[in-house]
Amino acid sequence: MPQQTKTKSPSPQQNGRPDPEADGVDLGWEIDPQELIRPRSIKGNVLPRWFLPVTAAVGVVVGFALSYLINGFSVNYALWFIFAAVVFIVTSYVVTRQQLNKRKATDGLWRNLVYIAFALALIPLISVIWSVTADGFQGISRLSFWTEDMSQNAAQSRERQIHEGERPMGGGVLHAIIGSLMITLLATVISVPIGLLTSIYLVEYSRGGPLSRGITFFVDVMTGIPSIVAGLFGAAAVQMILGIGNQFGLWSYGPGNYRMGLTAAVALCVLMIPVVVRTTEEMLRVVPNELREASYALGVRKWRTILKVVIPTAISGIAAGVTLAIARVIGETAPILLTAGMLNRVNWDLFTDAMMTLPVYIYWTFTHPIGVGELSYLSEQRAWGAALVLIMIVMALNLIARIIAHVFAPKKTGR
Amino acid sequence: MTTDSTQTRSGGRKAGAKPENSLASGDRAGAGLDRGFAGLAKAAGIFILIILAFVALFLSWNSVGAVYQEEDGLILGRFLSYAWPFALGTVVVAVLALVMAAPVSIGVALYISHYAPPRASKTIGYIIDLLAAIPSVVYGAWGMFVLAPAMLPLYHWLNRWLYTWPEENWGWGIPFFAGSPGLGQNLFTASVVLAVMVLPIISSVCREIFIQTPKLHEEAALALGATRWEMIKMAVFPFARAGVISGIMLGLGRALGETMAVVMVVSGLGFQLSLISAGNSTIPREIALNFGETAPNTERWHQLIALGLVLFIITLVVNMIARWIVSRHREFSGAN
Repeated sequence: MPQQTKTKSPSPQQNGRPDPEADGVDLGWEIDPQELIRPRSIKGNVLPRWFLPVTAAVGVVVGFALSYLINGFSVNYALWFIFAAVVFIVTSYVVTRQQLNKRKATDGLWRNLVYIAFALALIPLISVIWSVTADGFQGISRLSFWTEDMSQNAAQSRERQIHEGERPMGGGVLHAIIGSLMITLLATVISVPIGLLTSIYLVEYSRGGPLSRGITFFVDVMTGIPSIVAGLFGAAAVQMILGIGNQFGLWSYGPGNYRMGLTAAVALCVLMIPVVVRTTEEMLRVVPNELREASYALGVRKWRTILKVVIPTAISGIAAGVTLAIARVIGETAPILLTAGMLNRVNWDLFTDAMMTLPVYIYWTFTHPIGVGELSYLSEQRAWGAALVLIMIVMALNLIARIIAHVFAPKKTGR
Repeated sequence: MTTDSTQTRSGGRKAGAKPENSLASGDRAGAGLDRGFAGLAKAAGIFILIILAFVALFLSWNSVGAVYQEEDGLILGRFLSYAWPFALGTVVVAVLALVMAAPVSIGVALYISHYAPPRASKTIGYIIDLLAAIPSVVYGAWGMFVLAPAMLPLYHWLNRWLYTWPEENWGWGIPFFAGSPGLGQNLFTASVVLAVMVLPIISSVCREIFIQTPKLHEEAALALGATRWEMIKMAVFPFARAGVISGIMLGLGRALGETMAVVMVVSGLGFQLSLISAGNSTIPREIALNFGETAPNTERWHQLIALGLVLFIITLVVNMIARWIVSRHREFSGAN
């Protein structure tokens, strides 16, 4: 206090603008002009922008060094990640707490944890896509992968063991692709009309009565059915219906002949219908009521209004929802494994004999590789290739759904 | 003549005397279509109920054979002693997966909703959604060939320091880490794979709800001087709590029913406490492995379907709890 008065009193300017330079020269301590505008407490509240990236870089480097030392001088990516994360979090927490305050440090700690959670989520994604493309690319680059089924291959491998140096056998996934597309198509053909009509009932006709509440509730329940239970249902139901038909002489299926494309389609319907209902219901609900009323005012019947006004308005959303539903069921393995079984040749008939599909093919080839010893690499490559094709199909369907929803969305008029 | 008679009939039914104009009479077909279409839509809705009733009916009808056989009478005990290891394994692997997935998914959702640069957050959301686009069988293959070998060092470490070493020194070790890790095909690897699979589900539910937090609440917290984390703690979490819990339950329902990843990653036939050595199994795995070789209408067939029914009931209960939580908090949150 006395010092301040002392420093202030000899200042050359009593009332005018303060002159920092003069102050500095005269008094032996200087006032930063910034400090007059922004007091120390607030200025000190922010760490420099480079702090976070630099700490992260330090974490990566130190983490690498630590993991390298601990792991016996070899690289272990998991350890590296863990050490880097720990070093990053601890360093930034300690520095922030030292420089600023506890609240800021806690804030920074949670921010870093969130960043690391996000990085952690990306690791499996990158790893899956990398392993599928790296091995699968060699699989799909063979011509026979696309043009052949596995019957030739299976016959060959039964006949003789492959010796080293012998020409590798062909074989491909044509039968699996055909089976997947057929079964999914049939499931779509069955479940889209049912789902669409149900959502039309829910949105356009029902007045919140017990039936519509029941449907909404049970559609929710259906969404939660595990896929393998749907497969069990398909198998048990078709088996029972075939038995009844046998008794009345409608057809003659032997016992256990429930394995066919139709059974798989029935099982997939159970999974697909709730998805279709929910998405289309949502889309129909956002159609503005004015459109319906305008149509009624012109004397148009309700069913024509629905078909000509409501559905065309919502068609982009409906198409996108259906595409997403297809994308969901085309990758299902368990229900198809129980219902359509597997086969190593092309089968176009949905009503007789088992059918191979891409997911089942992937599962079966990985768990039962064909070829002896080292030569099983061919079969492994085919399986990874099939996985690549399946991922491509699913991602393409997702992309198509987004594009449909975006491009064909109802035009906003310039009002 | 005919038109007149039908007109009177329809007029009589409608009770309101319709004016005799050409528009109304020309639209008689339309009226029938109208009713027909309404009936069709209603029938589709009822058909869904019938399907679900059939699912329950077929499963329970076929399950009877698992607990009652004509020559043996009621064999509930036999079925229970057969089923409990799988049921327990299913619950353990799903809960373990949730323990791993839930914090990470909430972090990812927070990143997308509150931390990522706003312009990039949509793209980042798509990238996380890509995780959901990968079929389960591909995850299974990944877990089998990539993850299991990568996890082996961790299992050896856990086994060495949490089981073998304490056992030698103190006479007991943590039983979860007993046994040889072998090829790494165990319940722990499976739960990591399941965690990756349910992550996009939980995080997309959480993200939707975090985004719905009222802007006013957030800005009020910030205006009072809260840091971003304090704002999230004070404004976002209380608003989103029910939604987050229901998202986690949704993920749990998904993890319980997941088949292929577990089939390909785990090897085992029963239940054991050790998570890091082969020997556990789950309900979906048991069904998927054995259903193909089972002849219809044998006791084994009925047993497997009864297992499916048990799984169905477990997931149903989990989903019901999720829905109950959401409905309880409906007025206070954006979770509906």
